[in-house]
Amino acid sequence: MSEIATGTGTGPVTDAQGRPLVGLNHLTPAHGDHRTAGDGPVRTDEDPRAVSDGTAGTADGWAPEPDSASPRGHGRRRRSRLARAALVALGVVVPLAIVVVWHLVTTGGLVPAHQLPSPGSVVDAGVDLWQRGQFQVHVAISAQRVLAGFAIGSLLGLVLGSLVGLSRWFAAAFAPTIGAIRAVPSLAWVPLLILWIGINEDSKVTLVTIGAFFPVFTTVAGALRHVDPHLVEAGRAFGLRGLQLLRTVQLPAVVPTVVSGLRLALAQAWLFVVAAELIASSMGLGFLIIDSANNGRVDRMLLAIVSFAILGKLTDSLIGLGEKHLLKRWT
Amino acid sequence: MATITTAPTRAQLSAAQPVRLDSVGRTFDTPQGPRTVLREVDLEITPGEIVAIIGASGCGKSTLLRQVIGLDRPDEGAILIADAPTHDIDPRVAIGFQEPRLLPWRTLAQNVALGLPRGTPDVVGRARVAELLALVGLEASAGLRPRQVSGGMAQRASLARALARNPGVLLLDEPFGALDALTRLKMQDLLLEVHAAEPTTVILVTHDVEEALYLADRVVLLGNLAHGAERSVQSVTRVPGSRPRDRASAELAALRAELLEGLGVTTNHTPAPDPDAHHSI
Ligand SMILES: Nc1ncnc2c1ncn2[C@@H]1O[C@H](COP(=O)(O)OP(=O)(O)OP(=O)(O)O)[C@@H](O)[C@H]1O
Ligand SMILES: [Mg+2]
Repeated sequence: MSEIATGTGTGPVTDAQGRPLVGLNHLTPAHGDHRTAGDGPVRTDEDPRAVSDGTAGTADGWAPEPDSASPRGHGRRRRSRLARAALVALGVVVPLAIVVVWHLVTTGGLVPAHQLPSPGSVVDAGVDLWQRGQFQVHVAISAQRVLAGFAIGSLLGLVLGSLVGLSRWFAAAFAPTIGAIRAVPSLAWVPLLILWIGINEDSKVTLVTIGAFFPVFTTVAGALRHVDPHLVEAGRAFGLRGLQLLRTVQLPAVVPTVVSGLRLALAQAWLFVVAAELIASSMGLGFLIIDSANNGRVDRMLLAIVSFAILGKLTDSLIGLGEKHLLKRWT
Repeated sequence: MATITTAPTRAQLSAAQPVRLDSVGRTFDTPQGPRTVLREVDLEITPGEIVAIIGASGCGKSTLLRQVIGLDRPDEGAILIADAPTHDIDPRVAIGFQEPRLLPWRTLAQNVALGLPRGTPDVVGRARVAELLALVGLEASAGLRPRQVSGGMAQRASLARALARNPGVLLLDEPFGALDALTRLKMQDLLLEVHAAEPTTVILVTHDVEEALYLADRVVLLGNLAHGAERSVQSVTRVPGSRPRDRASAELAALRAELLEGLGVTTNHTPAPDPDAHHSI
């Protein structure tokens, strides 16, 4: 043993750092669990190697210090951050690979340009439309329809979903009808909406509203029906009733479910805006697709599709961020 | 002379209330047909009294407490608080449930605040919550969520929430069930301290006969109707002496054996030898 024994007299024999030396202390067993309180130094500066059999991690003062303090912990945390960065990078690799393959396939002449233009020409089409000020208008108008329809639809879904979820009478009266309306495919509404409302913004926003309404309605109604009855009863026992009970117990309990409903609703809103714009419109990304199809501009069609992908993913990520925050707050 | 009307003061709210159960019965409809859980429960509880309710699992102890606070209605008989029949949730009554039932998205302090009487001013409420959390030894955990604390801590928070109501009648359903033996003894003494300071009426359900004898003025033994009991209340035992009681007293040991026998437990208890018994040998 290379350590220098400094302990003398009645105290335990310790090394230069004040650690009791294993094997030199009859009254100080290596395992912390037999040690008595008056046995000299009870806490070592943690180094499991100082104990021959490595069983230092018992609960009474021999436990390793928190990760942050030990060099090992630093390394582990850095590694996990690296791993996370690697995972994110991996998610970028696939789209990049797609673009590269797309580029090779089109410039190599494997696919004719009138069926699949190269990524470069899609970018060119985007720059061209941007410079004429049209691209911005298409994106803005589609986004506006989505956001307006999403806002109105989810608000209605929240209100009606709460009523159906909370009142057995309301559910009996309206749930079957709402369920039946839900079963109607989105495109089936379009001619009727045009007839009733006209070819204008209102009819398009209405269609998006229908699309956004149902996911929120269904999740809210379902979640409210399944709020832990024990918690509701506790609220009642402490004098809460009606709206107060709803605000204090029931709504907070369904927040996580509602957020996932909102997320679904947003995806539906993008779905329905395309349905609206494909059929009757003069602006928007959906119109850009149908218009380009009629003019044989495949590059612009691809531009619109890529824009949908990016916008959809972007708005979804925004809600996802909010969701993370809310889940931390409400569960 | 002008009459001055004031809102009920804290003292009025917390005044201990008498509770009377007047041949209370409760029958549940189950898929297997009607099932009577409580029958002819007669009980008169004076203001400030502590009554313990013991009985085997499933005999209707929690059901009885739910009748008193008004979460459930009896099919027969009536419950009177301060001589008036109850209809709904009574604001003078507070309950600590068998499970902590804390709102998971609120901190312990916010959960305790839920128990404050409606209309308590913010400043007063905050001070009261802090005081109660300290009382149950949770001042360091005020900002934690229920999922971040142990079962025993959650149960103490639930007790603090009930106390926050300043109740005239305090219902406790196995309040110390989830606590370790040592904390349980401490909390029993704490309850007695609170009771001595503000002597509210307490109805306490417990599985622990010793706890019942240590805390209560009277112990009510409930029988299980499903196991052939004629009526719910099997016996009402007045506990001798005054609080604080000696946990080791021989008199209580005899009562304990008697109550355990009532619960169907064989105790092997031999009564202390009678000095006169020598003559008969
Ligand atoms: N809402 C209800 N519907 C049907 N049966 C019920 C209902 N509530 C309680 N019961 C029945 O009443 C009986 C008594 O229940 P209770 O919860 O009061 O028992 P307990 O004495 O508190 O038991 P434990 O000590 O296990 O908590 C049980 O058999 C239970 O199944
Ligand atoms: Mg119970």
